[in-house]
Formats: sequence, C-alpha cells, structure tokens
Amino acid sequence: MTWVNTIIQGILVGGLYALFAAGLSLIFGVMRLVNIAHGDLIVAMAYLAWVIIQVTGMHPLLSLILVIPIAMGCGFALQYGILNRTLGKDILPPLLVTFGLSVIIQNGLLELFTVDSRKLNAGTLETGSFPLLPGVDIGYLPLLQFLVAVGVIAGLQYLFYNTALGRAFRATSDDAEAALLMGLDKRKVYAWSMALCLGVVAIAGVFLGMRANFDPAVGPGRLIFGFEAVIIGGLGNLWGTLAGGIILGVAQGIGAQINPGWQVLTGHLVFLIVLAVRPRGLFPRMDG
Amino acid sequence: MSEAILSVENLEAWYGDAKVLHGLSFSLRHGEILSLIGANGAGKSTLLKCVCGLLPRKTGTIRFKGEAIHALVANDIVAKGIALVPEGRRLFPSLSVEENLVLGGQVTRPGPWNIEAVYNLFPILKEKRNAPSTSLSGGQQQMVAIGRGLMSNPDLILLDELSLGLAPIVIKDIYALLPRIVGNGLSAILVEQDVTRALDTADHFLCLQEGRISLEGAPKAFTRDQISVAYFGM
Repeated sequence: MTWVNTIIQGILVGGLYALFAAGLSLIFGVMRLVNIAHGDLIVAMAYLAWVIIQVTGMHPLLSLILVIPIAMGCGFALQYGILNRTLGKDILPPLLVTFGLSVIIQNGLLELFTVDSRKLNAGTLETGSFPLLPGVDIGYLPLLQFLVAVGVIAGLQYLFYNTALGRAFRATSDDAEAALLMGLDKRKVYAWSMALCLGVVAIAGVFLGMRANFDPAVGPGRLIFGFEAVIIGGLGNLWGTLAGGIILGVAQGIGAQINPGWQVLTGHLVFLIVLAVRPRGLFPRMDG
Repeated sequence: MSEAILSVENLEAWYGDAKVLHGLSFSLRHGEILSLIGANGAGKSTLLKCVCGLLPRKTGTIRFKGEAIHALVANDIVAKGIALVPEGRRLFPSLSVEENLVLGGQVTRPGPWNIEAVYNLFPILKEKRNAPSTSLSGGQQQMVAIGRGLMSNPDLILLDELSLGLAPIVIKDIYALLPRIVGNGLSAILVEQDVTRALDTADHFLCLQEGRISLEGAPKAFTRDQISVAYFGM
C-alpha cells in the first residue's frame, strides 16, 4: 500500500508541476518563446498574493480574484512592451532578455521582501485530508491543486480549439506572416497569449505559496520542473503537459520512497531518459 | 473612364542589398483585372507583397482608393480592403477548412461574401468543412485560399500564382469561376505563369523584366512577338 500511496501522492503533486508547465507550453506553442523568467514570475505572483492577503486578510484562494487580472495585465504589458521586440528569426534575444528579467525579478523580490521565506496560510485546507484506502490519505489541498490543474488545462484546451482567440493563437503559431494577411495583429495575439500564460502563472504561484515556503531564489527550480513536464509530455500538447507533470511527480515520489535524497534526482533522470528516447516528448502535437 | 482604385508611383523594393523593384509606376481602375506576367524573379510576387504590406517599400508611393497605404502594416491594409491569396496557398495546417475560412473573415467589411457564399462558389468545401486543411487536394486547398481571401469582402484581391502545382483540369475549373469571383466590382491583380491564360483573363497587363515594366497595356494591343520580347528581353 505504501507504493500505491506514493504513486497517488505523486500524481497529485504532478498537478502542481502541470500548473508550472501549462504557461510555458502555451507561449512556446504560440510564439516559440522560451521564457527563462517563468519560474521567477510564478514566485513573483506568490509574493503578489502574499501582499494582497496581508492588506485585505483574504484567503489565498480568494486572492486569485485580484492576482489573476493583475498578472494578466502584467503579462500583456510585458509581451507588448518588451518581449515582442525580441522575437524574430534569431532565438537568442528572447532567451537573453528573459534571463535578464529573471535576474531583475529575483533581485527586486530580494530588495522588497528580503531573503526570508514566506508562506500563504490556507488554514485547515493545508492539513485536512480524507482516507481513500487503508493507508492512503488524500489531502484536500493536493486534491484541489490537481483538480484545478485539470480544469486549467481543459479550459486552455477549450479556448484553443473553440474560440476566436484560440483560432488566432493557432493561426499565428502556424504562420505568423499569413496570419497578418487575415488582419491579425501578431503583437496583440502574442500579448494575449502571454496574458493568459501569466493568468495560469498566478494560479500556480498561489498554489506554490499554499503548499510550501517560498523565497526570491526558488523560481529557477520551478522553471526546471515546468520545463521537464513540458518536454516529457510533448511540446505544444496541453494534455501532454499534464501527463508530463504527473510522470515527473510520480517519478519524484518513487525516488523519495527509495531514498529521500533521490527525489529530485529521479525526476531529472526520467526527464533525461524521455529526452534521449523520444526527443519530442511522449505525446507531441500532431501537426502537418 | 473609372477612377483608379490603386495607383503606384516610383515603387522601389529591396531584399537586403538586392534591389528587386526599380521605380514601378502603374494604376488599376475599379473592377479591372490586371495581369502581371514575367519570368521567374522578375518581381511579380514582390510587387504584390509591397501592395499588401508584407514587404516594406524603399521609396515610392502606393495609394488605395486615394489613401496612401505604403506605410501601413499588412493587417491594417487588409482592413482597408486588400486581400492576398498567396503563392503556395499558405493555409493554416492546425485549422480546419471552415476555421481557415472564418479566419479570413476576421476583418469584417460589408459585402456579398460570407461563409455560405463561399460554399456556394465551392460546394466541395462545405462537404469538407471540418477536415484539416492539409488533408485536401491541391485544387481544394486553392479553393480554400481563394475563399479565405474573399471572406474579408475586399475591394482588391491579389491572386498570386493561382495555378501553381495544380492539374490542368483543376486550373480550368478555377479559372471558369473567376468571373464569379471578381464580379460585383471587385478589382484583381493576377500573377500567373501561364501567359496565355493571364492575358486572356486580363483587361490590362504589366510585363515585368528584372524589376522594371517592359510592356504594359491591353492584351489585344500587342502581338505575341512584342509580348515575347518584353517577357524574355530578346
């Protein structure tokens, strides 16, 4: 039963990794942008939620009402004002600019909030659980986090394949120049995709903050987990990203069960094996 | 004589250090079909790209319905009423046939074209409306590309290499529909490798040679030899 428990808990943690990864997958899918600052943006949104909670006394989940729109506004402005200027045939400028952004965010957070770690207090949600099987208890927070991840992926999938904005995302991703001929302003399409990405990042940040302590330096680690989930699942496939997060979470759980020091290492090993055997991931997007 | 819908003056365009268009000047009247002919590399597609805003011109002016459009970007030019059916179709592979068409109507301008009108023009597309655009034959893909261009209800449609890579029977079918496509006062610029077909279709033609206009006028005003000399430069 210990192994069943390990796998179930790994699946639930995988939901959080899928939340880390969904935004990355989205913007890579739309504009082939690899955002090195993604993890730091997650942490920045956790701090934003922390500030809102300090000021208003809201529950962390309720704070999302404010955090998500602020994050989306920041995402739109970031893409429209800065990152759009870096996009072109050369892949290096966006990498360098988002790397610089990562350094700025980390140091800015350090200046504002010091190196002390913080946490978003979710009250009984953090500790509450129910027994699923003998020896297998499911925490309400991990379960909620997993369900939210599934909901976010399903929502993004719906948006991509059933709305005008999703159509614009797919068309611009297919052929940005031909999309211009349809009257689509690719700068705005990209800005909306980054706004959406930051909306997901806001959710990931709040769940990160409720689940564990965070400080200004934890962003790059979240970026790595996000990348690994995207690569394992397959580039450009949102459901694959969820699967990638789950595989990473289960691998880490199994590693930790064997030896607590192997938790992160096992996740990295699974990632490397997938990369070596199937470089496009387990469920790559099927396109022409 | 009707008013010019498009007038181009001293247009120059470059690809990097290479000058591709050398001071082109011409105009197109409302409802007229202009054919661009010339050998490969003569600058036909480049001229279309300049008109629709995909390639910034170096010098010169482009006026559409009296308004200067040479400084506008492609997505704004579509909204003014110019649509390009690009060489090679360039359909969006991740979109279905209907989604490709709907996207063409992203810019909503008043006019006769909507999705039902396109399906009336090309009934096969209605049958394949939910199919991925890449699953269609070359001719059907060209129908989607034309329909997508019409969906914005343009006043001027730029048709780049309609017959490229298509079977003769398919080309014949598409050209048979051209009067319905360019009816209702729609003006068109047609780039076509098949010179005979291009001249038979056009009210007016321009022959380009190395980025310069080597001959222009009504097709019937010139002999085959005159056109051949203008086309090949010998």
